[in-house]
Amino acid sequence: MSRTPAQKLADALRAVRRERVAVVAFLTAGFPTRERFRDELLAVAAEADVVEIGVPFTDPMADGVTIQRSSEVALAQGVNLSWILDTLKSLPPLKAQLVFMGYFNPMLAYGLPRLAQDAAEAGICGFIVPDLPIEESAEFEQALGAHGVAMIRMVTPVTPPARLEQLCRTAQGFVYAVSMTGTTGRSVGGDAGVPQETLDYLDRVRQLAGVPVCAGFGIRGPAQVAALAPHVDGVVVGSALIEAMEKGESTVELLRRLRG
Amino acid sequence: MTAMDKAEADRLLAALLAGKLPDAQGRFGPYGGRYIPETLVPAFDRLEAAVKEILPSKPFRDELGAELRDWVGRPTALSPMRNLGRRWGAELWFKREDLAHTGAHKINNALGQALIARRMGAKRVVAETGAGQHGVATAAACARVGLPCTVYMGEVDMARQAPNVGRMRLMGATVVPVTSGERTLRAAIDEAFRDWVADPQNTFYCLGSALGPHPYPYLVRELQAVIGREARAQMLERAGGLPDILVACVGGGSNAIGLFHAFLGDASVKIYGVEAGGRGPGLGDNAARMAGGRPGVLHGTYSLLLQDAEGQVQETHSVSAGLDYSGVGPEHVLLRDIGRAEYLSALDQDALDCVRECSTYEGVLPALESAHALWGARELARRHPGTRILVGLSGRGDKDMPTLQSTLLAQQEVRS
Repeated sequence: MSRTPAQKLADALRAVRRERVAVVAFLTAGFPTRERFRDELLAVAAEADVVEIGVPFTDPMADGVTIQRSSEVALAQGVNLSWILDTLKSLPPLKAQLVFMGYFNPMLAYGLPRLAQDAAEAGICGFIVPDLPIEESAEFEQALGAHGVAMIRMVTPVTPPARLEQLCRTAQGFVYAVSMTGTTGRSVGGDAGVPQETLDYLDRVRQLAGVPVCAGFGIRGPAQVAALAPHVDGVVVGSALIEAMEKGESTVELLRRLRG
Repeated sequence: MTAMDKAEADRLLAALLAGKLPDAQGRFGPYGGRYIPETLVPAFDRLEAAVKEILPSKPFRDELGAELRDWVGRPTALSPMRNLGRRWGAELWFKREDLAHTGAHKINNALGQALIARRMGAKRVVAETGAGQHGVATAAACARVGLPCTVYMGEVDMARQAPNVGRMRLMGATVVPVTSGERTLRAAIDEAFRDWVADPQNTFYCLGSALGPHPYPYLVRELQAVIGREARAQMLERAGGLPDILVACVGGGSNAIGLFHAFLGDASVKIYGVEAGGRGPGLGDNAARMAGGRPGVLHGTYSLLLQDAEGQVQETHSVSAGLDYSGVGPEHVLLRDIGRAEYLSALDQDALDCVRECSTYEGVLPALESAHALWGARELARRHPGTRILVGLSGRGDKDMPTLQSTLLAQQEVRS
């Protein structure tokens, strides 16, 4: 029996984990330009294990200023789901697994069953939808499930124990463990290093989850990756990558540096 | 839009009247819900539990009632408007929320939420504001209740509403300029949510209208329902009967839902909301969600939304900052779908004309928002001459003087 996209995603992360901590790289689709996004995606997908493709939205309320800024730039160039899906379909096969990260409204407007099918055809293994908690996600999960695509659950340090268990138990692909409260783009632990309570929380998530666990939010440097590595299967790098692109620095070098 | 069959509409109205909406999922029929980041789920669970416990409790009702009377100045007056009524051919009454402390209905909600925040042990309150009325109300309520207050306000709005920024600061609030997005209300809401996400344990978010994730649409309606309860009793006593027609302006929709709620069971009362028709019907030229919106999710709630084909939220335009928002409270969309309320829209110029007419003939300077409701009353009087019309006059127009200087007064000077 052939594996579903969700299983492929989990298996890929497990395979990497046997060697090292996996790297999930976030790129805003269509940023900084449509052309350069294509090039960046090809380059980053050769370095990272999973690429999280950000679908831009006008009101990204869980994200910080960096990702918000990149979304505005992408939207100004007319980037939408149809363009993103067409671009993905036109690319040569990529080494990295692909997931979508985006807010619910553009997905709803596209049509959930149609999106699930088109995304699966474009090689998307999972969806991260930060404004769609489990109470509201049944309809979309059903649409994704028809194509074996994962609804990737987010958990946070303030998630109560019973809920944490429920979210981890029903997770597919991987669990996205938010490393701190707040929005993306800040720094977990600041200069003081990753706090012990964060590491304890990640250990708990890993015990509960039947799929790999990736930590995201506030991961900006090799020291943080090294501190997190024994406690997770992967790390998500987002705002730091976008900032590198804004400064004209190489995303590939940043990813290599983070991986150590 | 959805054509709902009569049996389903009757069922939903009965559920609404029985106090069963929003349901356990925070839904008003298909609308509402709770689309929030996972980080906020525990904070919303706490808020929901607190609202359920505190809102009906006697100590809270007593405290809120006393403050509404002694500090806000409730009950607000019900005024017969004989001069305008004669001109328009109707028996016209105003429910005078413009006479409430800080100049608009917003204080009913802000005070209630500040008292709940204190009972929940919150260390600070955050709020968003567009025109500044909810910001001023929250700053005042927090000063009264003794909680630090941070208000997020778009940079563009801060420039347009400078006096309100000063009022908030005088009352001890920190006003944070929002420089992201279009630098208006929508961006301010995004920013207030971000603040809350950063410290959900100690922060209370005082949301200003009957929208956002559950339980806000419910909480705000309950705190504003005092408007309709008072107005209904006052009409029976002063006018000798219920109004034939009820009309209020609808931005997020809090003053309207507050006025409508007590009358929903009175089948003889026809209910109208008036949205901002702006410059006209083009996308981006108005804030007429009922006419041009499609269902979608913004700021945590499923409701009608002005958006493009790709689900990107559209900018809106209205001469009135308080009506200038891309979404609308979910309960209003249900009221429309079940045929219990009807929604019209007034153009900028219609509203300005009504500001002049009301000021000239009744000595009442209405807020530009409320002037949309006045246009609705004038229009409905034309369609149904001789009827008894109750208007929710949601606020006073002093805050609009800069806009009025450059519009109505400039037009007047040209003429004289």
